Amino acid sequence: MKTMQPKHVLLFVLVGALFIGTGFVQSWNTALTIFNMGLVSAIMALGVNMQWGYAGLFNVGVMGFVALGGLAAVLVSMPPVEGAWAAGGVQVLLGLVLGAATIVGAILVWGRMRPGRMRGIVILIILVAGFFIFRAVFDAGVARVESIDPALTGYLGGLGLPVVLSWPVGGLLAAGAAWIIGKTALGLRSDYLAIATLGIAEIVIAVLKNEDWLARGVKNVTGLPRPVPFEVDLQANERFVELAQGIGADPVSASTIAVKLAYAGLFIVVLLALIWLSEKALNSPWGRMMRAIRDNEISASAMGKNVKARHLQIFILGSAVCGLAGAMMTTLDGQLVPGTYQPLRFTFLIWVMVIVGGSGNNWGAVLGGFLVWWLWIQVEPIGLMLMQGITAGMAEDSGLRDHLLDSAAHMRLLTMGLILLLVLRFSPRGLIPER
Amino acid sequence: MDFLNALVTLLNFVIIPATAYGAQLALGALGVTLIYGILRFSNFAHGDTMAFGAMVTILVTWFLQGAGVSLGPLPTALLALPVGIAATGLLLIGTDRAVYRFYRAQKAKPVIYVIASLGVMFIMNGIVRFIIGVDDQRFADGERFIISARTFREMTGLEEGLAFRTSQGITIVVAIIAVALLFWFLNRTRTGKSMRAFSDNEDLALLSGINPERVVLYTWLIVAALATTAGVLYGLDKSFKPFTYFQLLLPIFASAIVGGLGNPLGAILGGFVIAFSEITVTYAFRRVVSYLAPESWQPDGLLQLLSTDYKFAVSFAILLIVLLFRPTGIMKGKSI
Repeated sequence: MKTMQPKHVLLFVLVGALFIGTGFVQSWNTALTIFNMGLVSAIMALGVNMQWGYAGLFNVGVMGFVALGGLAAVLVSMPPVEGAWAAGGVQVLLGLVLGAATIVGAILVWGRMRPGRMRGIVILIILVAGFFIFRAVFDAGVARVESIDPALTGYLGGLGLPVVLSWPVGGLLAAGAAWIIGKTALGLRSDYLAIATLGIAEIVIAVLKNEDWLARGVKNVTGLPRPVPFEVDLQANERFVELAQGIGADPVSASTIAVKLAYAGLFIVVLLALIWLSEKALNSPWGRMMRAIRDNEISASAMGKNVKARHLQIFILGSAVCGLAGAMMTTLDGQLVPGTYQPLRFTFLIWVMVIVGGSGNNWGAVLGGFLVWWLWIQVEPIGLMLMQGITAGMAEDSGLRDHLLDSAAHMRLLTMGLILLLVLRFSPRGLIPER
Repeated sequence: MDFLNALVTLLNFVIIPATAYGAQLALGALGVTLIYGILRFSNFAHGDTMAFGAMVTILVTWFLQGAGVSLGPLPTALLALPVGIAATGLLLIGTDRAVYRFYRAQKAKPVIYVIASLGVMFIMNGIVRFIIGVDDQRFADGERFIISARTFREMTGLEEGLAFRTSQGITIVVAIIAVALLFWFLNRTRTGKSMRAFSDNEDLALLSGINPERVVLYTWLIVAALATTAGVLYGLDKSFKPFTYFQLLLPIFASAIVGGLGNPLGAILGGFVIAFSEITVTYAFRRVVSYLAPESWQPDGLLQLLSTDYKFAVSFAILLIVLLFRPTGIMKGKSI
């Protein structure tokens, strides 16, 4: 890949050294945990970089797309709940279809009828009537699904397919949501897209938290099937134990590391494939067109490029990559916990990664993903050490000392904000600039 | 009688809370819209600015409470408010010096400001959490009710009570005063006029000798006053929790856009549109209907259109509708 220069390779080596250093100083287990999440973060950063770096689209709803990917992991991989479909699942689906039909009907009427008061009244009647029919059918179905053993299931369950299949499905779900947002907010001011994406992210999380029939809401779905073996199975496997003892390792810690390495292998394959695809795309005529649109929309559209359609395309693609990363992350965690989706962590942190790494450059986004994720994890212990240093001279029972130590956890927000502002100001093209 | 009961229920659970909430949103949206009009970007740090102002006010309130100072029936926070505004003003001017001024000199694209405001948001969020923590803080004191539900029932003999909380009354009164002051300032004073001129046409304003840095300075000061007031009123009315202030960003932006970004009157209108729709759509109308409907028509459901957890969906849906059909907002904002 011709965009890589020696000094950029050096940056990757340095970030690699951070991880290896973590391995030596803390533990290899920790280093690999951070590394795996770094891989996922790098993919998210690639997605955001497509939207921002290639096309200049400002998406602050990354969290929503990531969470949709997580939902896909549940819907694809969990075994179906026995009897849920027969009890009310079909009715829930029917309700959703009716709801969608109401909206489609209203849109059709809007297009067919002539503007005027009559049109408004007809649309209002369709929407109101449709809403009440939808609620009547849907609520009854939901109540029945949720009453099936609510302590353990109480939801529809999934399709029982291999969890890896959920990764592309997560991309598709996110792409669908992106299409709706893009259709509405693209073509307007850039700020509007930002607000619309901020909104959809909050709504996706609200749906995940409240629709128990879908993915158990705040009761969480745990124990997702894994694409790699369980640690206990490895420890029970004689050949693995022999192998571990052969290299002089304790089988228990060897098994946790082996599992993490297996995840890392899977993720690296996905990451490399995505980098390869995005580099190909970026250096193709399509990529040049995208950059031309980003740099000057007016002249690009004068050249006959359909700016809005291209924006919609790249917005959907980038969101799909975020959805894919979301599904991978939920697979890694083995559970879907809607309460953990925080915009600061899942939207704005990804932005810091892209800006720091270098917007418009795929390698930059990947580098930023690893570096910023490592910092995000390590700033907390560093902050705590710093605070312990500052407070060392204070009395043991000093209130200020306790407060400072307790608040050390919030240092990371401060640090991330500072890094973002400093990079934006003094090195706006990031660590690995475009071209 | 039944009709009156229904009306009182509606007032108690929908109209009064929505008016108070609308006033808080309107104050927040005014800040967003002013920044948009003068500095021409959407300030994502606004929610956290509100949280910062509220936090300083809370700290001063605690200090005053500790020193035994109080306003009698009114919350002590009102005394502390000016200190909060001053501190927030200093913070915002400092931020402008450290962050935004550089991009103004560069004539950077609006989206760069927005990203910078994300960084500012992180830092403010960090500061607030660092100083006061992430938990709920209560700082309201003084009389809790102007009219309590029981007094109202005894006064009128109606079945339904009407509770009018002090915080709601204060919200409405303070919001009216703030808005009146703002419009007086924008329309009557020299600085206010130059701000409007700057917002309408930057080049023309520069040509006629308006000092842009002065305009920007005043804008930040006014925004600090509006944001702190909004934050304190919201905190008095509900409770202070840093994360909810971040989440207020969506309804506030929705209000400003629905009303027309850059248009102060629009921001106020938008605030009330959003607040009333949010509360009407998520309120269970069963009690109201049960008074009005005849025996045989009594509802068995809650008659709630959407669960309260989806209140963000309401602001969002209104936002989408406005963006689809009237991207400049109801009152014609600046640009699409």
